[in-house]
Amino acid sequence: MDLTLSDRHRALQAGLRDFIARHGHRSPPVGGGGGRVRPDRRVLDWQALLIEHGLAARAVPRQYGGYGADPDVLDAAIITEAFNRAGLSPGIQGQGIRMLVPTLLEVGTEAQRRRWIGPTIRGETIWCQGYSEPESGSDLASLRTHARVEDGHFVINGQKIWTSSAHYADMMFLLCRTEPEAPKHEGISYILLSMDTPGIEVRPLPTMTGHATFNEVFFTEARVPVENVVLGRGKGWQVANVTLKHERMLLGDASKLMHRVHRLRALLERVEVDGVALIRRPQWRERFLRLQGEALAMKYHQMRLLGEAAKGEEPGLGVLIVKYVGTVLAWKLTALAVDALGDAGLPYEPHDDVGEDDEATGWYADHMYDLGLIIGGGSSNIQKNIIAERGLGMPREPRVGTS
Amino acid sequence: MEFGPGESQRLFDDALRGALAGRVTPESRRAAAAAGGDAALWQALCELGLAGVLVPEAQGGSGLGMMDAALAAEALGHAAASTPFLGSGVMAPLALRLLGGAAQQEEFLPRLVAGEMRVAIAFAALTGTTGTCDLRLRGERLSGRVTGALDAADATHLMVALPGGEALALLAADAPGVALVPRRSVDRLRPLADLAFESAPVAILPGDARRVLDAARVALAAETLGAAQSMLDGAVAYAGQRRQFGRPIASFQAVKHACAEMAAALEPCRALVWYAAHAQDAPEPEARMLAAQAKAHLDEVGREVARGATEVYGGMGFTELLGLPFWFKRIMANRQLLGGPERCRDDAALAQGMS
Ligand SMILES: Cc1cc2nc3c(=O)[nH]c(=O)nc-3n(C[C@H](O)[C@H](O)[C@H](O)COP(=O)(O)OP(=O)(O)OC[C@H]3O[C@@H](n4cnc5c(N)ncnc54)[C@H](O)[C@@H]3O)c2cc1C
Repeated sequence: MDLTLSDRHRALQAGLRDFIARHGHRSPPVGGGGGRVRPDRRVLDWQALLIEHGLAARAVPRQYGGYGADPDVLDAAIITEAFNRAGLSPGIQGQGIRMLVPTLLEVGTEAQRRRWIGPTIRGETIWCQGYSEPESGSDLASLRTHARVEDGHFVINGQKIWTSSAHYADMMFLLCRTEPEAPKHEGISYILLSMDTPGIEVRPLPTMTGHATFNEVFFTEARVPVENVVLGRGKGWQVANVTLKHERMLLGDASKLMHRVHRLRALLERVEVDGVALIRRPQWRERFLRLQGEALAMKYHQMRLLGEAAKGEEPGLGVLIVKYVGTVLAWKLTALAVDALGDAGLPYEPHDDVGEDDEATGWYADHMYDLGLIIGGGSSNIQKNIIAERGLGMPREPRVGTS
Repeated sequence: MEFGPGESQRLFDDALRGALAGRVTPESRRAAAAAGGDAALWQALCELGLAGVLVPEAQGGSGLGMMDAALAAEALGHAAASTPFLGSGVMAPLALRLLGGAAQQEEFLPRLVAGEMRVAIAFAALTGTTGTCDLRLRGERLSGRVTGALDAADATHLMVALPGGEALALLAADAPGVALVPRRSVDRLRPLADLAFESAPVAILPGDARRVLDAARVALAAETLGAAQSMLDGAVAYAGQRRQFGRPIASFQAVKHACAEMAAALEPCRALVWYAAHAQDAPEPEARMLAAQAKAHLDEVGREVARGATEVYGGMGFTELLGLPFWFKRIMANRQLLGGPERCRDDAALAQGMS
């Protein structure tokens, strides 16, 4: 264990203090119900400022518009800590930045990287993830949306569902079947496409949060150039798994958990019953401290994983557990928050698109959305299958009636 | 920059685990449980340098830190070994290093390293004991009673935390006015003792004794981590072998998910223990909070894994045949030692200004 701060780390800390003092007031508000609106001017300006100072897209190479720093666990920890303490937004965390960009860095062509990474990390290009279909949820590889190839284009037909952000996204990374003769997992391609393509129709689906955060997307003869395939035809399942690895880290992100812990403590210090703050009541304090312990484990676990990744070690069990543990813990944290808000927290008045929700509405929206994240991105049961099979080497599920 | 064990730590860990694998067997555990310890094992581990991990090089140790001690504790937990490492390898050397005078360090540390000195630890004054802790110091003479002293088997010395946490008392086990009543614990591999003093002469080590408690809590958390990991690994392996309904039980989703739950809970604990250990050496402002939280969290996760892993073995887990209960009981007892999770969380609350 060597976490001695080098001069460079100290300079980063000093730089952060200076940055926060000078620019902190420009931060947009943090969090809130899972990216349900397009980033506004304030968010985009903040993102640009973060990239310029190496506080977002830090390890994305310069030639693609990032800051180009070597990945470093301590850098990441120092930045997160400072931002959490100051209550600042860590910048845009969408599916484009956190999932597609690392995927392209891993398996994209040079042309794809040059074209998409820059605008994506700046928040100018918003992506959605076109995986799930009405008949293909957990069993994603059974998907039926298909494309034939015709004069240099994929011609796509079919339907996606639960597509987060599709109603305002510019682009989609899509899984569809392009090799109908190939076995289930080998007939799929991973295709980048513009949501403006003729033949795409988006219908918002209301969710329990009251926000329309996801959609149905219909494809009718939608034409997309063949060079938009990532890694090649029939390689989509492989690419999807690269993306999924990053999705797990995003959905179980420990910085988000620690940020919740900070906010939760402040809430418990503020809410009083019979003149006594909840944090001073043993039942509440005990619940808080138990969750804090769990969150601390995930915080240091994430540092460990970042350290291993920086050394180029193969991710194993440690990465596979993050989505499952992180989303369940996030839910438990917001559960404590809504309990602390008590009956006075019940008025629920979410804004449609713009504007900030009041605190209680925000906690409830997060709490409900957290349940969505327990289901989305591979449900807890599917995560546990993966942990058992790939992490612990236990036998695979028997496959019945599918190829 | 490195998060986690470095190269030399991995090498030492391999050597230690190798030594344990050769010496700690089902038979040796049973013998240790019957005899109340395994003196030969400790002697062998001292030759490997285990008692000197936290002892400065000037006194014959290797001058390492809590990260090293935690890794060692994890390995000992993994092996369900019967050793006095917690008392004689962590708490006593650290107490002497942090609170002892130069003469005491010269006198005692080399003897700890050699394994000649073994220290029973009575910290009930600081841990919210449900037993007895009624101690009075007059000058340099100690009177009263304290229950549940750790690592009391073959102890040559006693180290007693005094009420208030401002000092420790150190005395020879055979000093006049000392009565030691051995107690067999739930964890037969870690015998306890009740102590009584009547104007017994002691040396006083003044200073913040809670730092020793913090470090010991990290060591216990690490030990529980190792024990729980061993139980989980065993359960996964057993599930792959054991067949029912014509297939390995590991192919039943309920069994897989139970194992996945245990792995998901346990895996992040490793980094928590590492960081909590690292924080003790720095020491960081959050060191005390982290030690208490690490202990509390491992107490909780350990209990779940101990139950879940035993369940995977079915009736075989409940018997003594595979020796599984040694790990189960180690985890069960560790939870109560030096403050259970509720007490630790109380301490964590105080350490972060919630009062
Ligand atoms: C908030 C949210 C956002 C989402 N965003 C997107 C998005 O942007 N893009 C996208 O493509 N999709 C998205 N999804 C869809 C998500 O990936 C799916 O909902 C998820 O994979 C589960 O599929 P399903 O809904 O069809 O449920 P099903 O697959 O029908 O599962 C229903 C239940 O059965 C269980 N189950 C299924 N198979 C097994 C098995 N083998 N073993 C044990 N239990 C099993 C599941 O755990 C679950 O509890 C989102 C979902 C949510 C809730």
